[in-house]
Amino acid sequence: MPAPTANAVTARTGEPSATGATRAGIHWPRVALYVILGLFCIYYLLPLYVMLVNSLKPLSEITAGGMMALPGEWTIAPWQSAWSTAQVGVEATGLRPYFINSLLMVVPAVAITTVIGALNGYVLTKWRFRGATLVFGLLLFGCFIPFQMVLIPMARMLGLMGIAGTVTGLVFVHMVYGIGFSTLYFRNYYAAFPDELVRAAQIDGAGFFTIFWRILLPSSGPIAVVCIIWLFTNIWNDFLFGASFSDFDSQPMTVALNNLVQSSTGVKEYNVHFAGAIMAALPTLFVYIVAGRYFVRGLMSGSVKG
Amino acid sequence: MAISDTVRHRGAADRLRDLLPKLVLSPSVALVGIFVYGFILFTLYLSFTDSRILPSFGWVGWQNYGFLFRIRAWDTALTNLVIFGTLYIVICCLLGLLLAIFLDQRIRAEGFIRTIYLYPMALSFIVTGVAWKWFLDPGIGVEAVVRGWGFESFTFDWIKDSDMAIYTIVIAAVWQTSGFVMAMFLAGLRGIDSEMLRAAEIDGASTMALYRRIVIPQLRPAFMSAFVVLAHMAIKSYDLVIALTNGGPGTATEVPATFMYSYTFTRNQMGIGASSAVIMMLTIAAIIVPYLWSELREKK
Amino acid sequence: MRYLAYTMTAAAALLAAHAAQAQDSNQAEGSNVEVLHWWTSGGEAAALNVLKEDLQGQGIGWQDMPVAGGGGTQAMTVLRARVTAGNAPTAVQMLGFDITDWAQQDALANLNEIASEGNWDEVIPQALQKFSKYEGEWVAAPVNVHSTNWVWADASLMEELGLEQPQSWDDLIAAMQKAKDAGYTALAHGGQAWQDATIFDSVALVTGGPEFYRKALIDLEEEALTSDTMKQVFDRMATLRGFVDDNFSGRDWNLATAMVIDDKALFQIMGDWAKGEFLNADQTPGEDFVCFRFPGTSEQVLFNSDQFAMFDQGGEVSPQQAALAKAIVSPEFQIAFNKVKGSVPARTDIDVSEFDACGQQAYEDFKEAAASDNLMGSFAHGHANKAAVKNAMYDVITAHFNGEYDSETAMDELLTAVQINM
Repeated sequence: MPAPTANAVTARTGEPSATGATRAGIHWPRVALYVILGLFCIYYLLPLYVMLVNSLKPLSEITAGGMMALPGEWTIAPWQSAWSTAQVGVEATGLRPYFINSLLMVVPAVAITTVIGALNGYVLTKWRFRGATLVFGLLLFGCFIPFQMVLIPMARMLGLMGIAGTVTGLVFVHMVYGIGFSTLYFRNYYAAFPDELVRAAQIDGAGFFTIFWRILLPSSGPIAVVCIIWLFTNIWNDFLFGASFSDFDSQPMTVALNNLVQSSTGVKEYNVHFAGAIMAALPTLFVYIVAGRYFVRGLMSGSVKG
Repeated sequence: MAISDTVRHRGAADRLRDLLPKLVLSPSVALVGIFVYGFILFTLYLSFTDSRILPSFGWVGWQNYGFLFRIRAWDTALTNLVIFGTLYIVICCLLGLLLAIFLDQRIRAEGFIRTIYLYPMALSFIVTGVAWKWFLDPGIGVEAVVRGWGFESFTFDWIKDSDMAIYTIVIAAVWQTSGFVMAMFLAGLRGIDSEMLRAAEIDGASTMALYRRIVIPQLRPAFMSAFVVLAHMAIKSYDLVIALTNGGPGTATEVPATFMYSYTFTRNQMGIGASSAVIMMLTIAAIIVPYLWSELREKK
Repeated sequence: MRYLAYTMTAAAALLAAHAAQAQDSNQAEGSNVEVLHWWTSGGEAAALNVLKEDLQGQGIGWQDMPVAGGGGTQAMTVLRARVTAGNAPTAVQMLGFDITDWAQQDALANLNEIASEGNWDEVIPQALQKFSKYEGEWVAAPVNVHSTNWVWADASLMEELGLEQPQSWDDLIAAMQKAKDAGYTALAHGGQAWQDATIFDSVALVTGGPEFYRKALIDLEEEALTSDTMKQVFDRMATLRGFVDDNFSGRDWNLATAMVIDDKALFQIMGDWAKGEFLNADQTPGEDFVCFRFPGTSEQVLFNSDQFAMFDQGGEVSPQQAALAKAIVSPEFQIAFNKVKGSVPARTDIDVSEFDACGQQAYEDFKEAAASDNLMGSFAHGHANKAAVKNAMYDVITAHFNGEYDSETAMDELLTAVQINM
């Protein structure tokens, strides 16, 4: 998508443009640039390549060595196995049932945390009160708490609240520890939003929620995308909470994947492991690829500005 | 009567309206208060008790801290955090900035390349850990492949080397997040006022000078966001270490997060685990609080 | 933003639906058992399925809660969270001292009734009872017995090098020297703490004999820990280190086994679960690979035993828990499970004619060792002392094996480790 590049820094600085004057000759610095960018593409893609290639091989080819080689015999059997017949528990169910559990957990957790973050950001920027910055600082510092540390007290609290071992409990936990970041994103975004518009609306008699709903929310798309991507990735990929606070019927995908990959004795079916791993990553990859183009735009429109 | 009634009514409504923002914020504050700060206090308390397998409340004073600093793996863990954290944050920022500047040169297929740089962030190390382990393994990974190309003396066995293993963790961690940092800087670059650039350009500033004097200073907010995200990742890097080296060879790649987990849960030494968590929180606070302080205060 | 509102609504609906579902399953909980375990590999899970079907035949539902990783440490973390939340699973797979730890917390249900009915006191060896019982009460039902003092050898390499099965430590070293000189990896090994410790188990046993093993690793007597014998154990570990390839650290045990399977390495010192790897690679015991007790320890069996403990859910053992415990110790399940798992039954009165050669030998060894007081808990696998001590000792052994300590330092550190974590 070339559109946003129109105002690229150097495009404005008089360096010869690639598309214009130099089309006839070879412009070496640009060639070098593309080579460098290409090399980095390889760096970033290699692990995925290894996983993909090996998920399409029979196990015998993997154990024979040559992890970089393309499959001699292509097979999708590992994928089928990982999805529906691989052993992740007593029953050979594959990852399929756990996929639903993860979705049931991720969607509400992301939605609720995003809304809370938006409201917090709105209050902290447009309804500033004494100590607002301190409150923000305290919320933000909460992001840094190591999750291993909260495991036991959190388990106790969930037990007291009667939501231990349920999806509701997992949603709650992820929400609590997602608030810091979602507030950070929205606060920084709304900080750049002109106060004048809010003030004008206030003078017109618009209330707290009306202003939020009518004025801020409609323009929050980009930052909501950033926030959703961030939360979705973190929550989907979480293992520690998923394992500790779930029940037999609410274990998320990462726990199942872990069971698939980490089985202590017996043959390690690496091809099935890789297929399962990519499968577990598909939703997040999907979110990145589909929403990725809004991602930089979202970051651009505020979250990394003061 | 009607007037005074409405006034009184308005008074209540006004008060409610004044309170409303705080009411909206208060659940978050309460939640974070209990589930972050409450738990920190609880951990602080546990660190002075004889808790083993479950929390217990026999007071033992500073004993756990005494033990903690007698355990050599803890020294290693702290040193590793410093090495890893510094390298990780610095390299990610440099690489992110560099890639952002490169990508900002009207590159064809920018969106495509950007997605490639960004996607590792979507994967957890439970997913990519095995692939990375293979890569870094001299027997089957990069070393074997390069030797296969005919460079017989090529060696890349850091992951097996107690002194170098921590750097392989940096490589994998940079792989995961540098694309994300790149996106932040790219966004920052795109937000720079072009008038200013043009003015500087007319003054005859070179491209280098342009970047150094004008562009990079303007990226400061992007640095702040990047720093918060990276610092948070560095401190919490647990999955990564477990997946790649599981703390080995020996205890060479132990970091505070793995140390704490291992003492609290694997070794049934919850008291020592809690004391390590407290030291860890203090370290985090010592770095993050001054930074947040300076960044947040300035903006008033 | 409309779409945000939409996701919200959808989310709320999903949540409500799920909450309803959760309630359903809670109501049905009465006749179910929820089992926390880490047996997720094909063979293990298939074996566990035998148990599941047995229970289903009695009208008891099986709610599966598998959490793999770290030889059960991951599952133990989950257990901690679940117990703290007041939501303990019905039954939990456990190892060695973890059972004692939980029994100390008064968390386990008393299985005495089922035990006396099934005559457990007679059929289960004393050495195992040490873990299945707490203060004289049965609290866990043993599933299997693994043993760790095994050597797995590549038959074709032995033939090529003209080697006989080594009978002593010196034989073992001589054989490995031959393999090394011929350009093979003498000892296939993965540098992970528990694997280093698994070797340490056997080396300590052969160097000091069962007496020393008990004193040093089980009773943690200072005198034994600082004795010359202990120094010799560390020296021997260093000797073994010389026979390992350069690329060993961090390698999974099954990859080390693969080196023996692929005729690249001569020996592997590993527990009996390695057999499954050989069988899966279509190797035949006695033809392609040979298994023998670590030279010099043929009379002893170092064991670890998986057991299931029942969590107390209101003072009494529930009928479901009783049925589960009974089914676990029943000969049918013990045979069906252990045939697949590579371990041997935990009771000494079983006909194992269905087992393969290695399995039958292992069972005979086990029975003899049990009868002659030569059955000892494996230190490396948490059956000699508590997790805290075990792991602290792991640290020292691994550091020494990786060359960070010399034998003297290792002995000092070992003592410190024991003192801090007792």
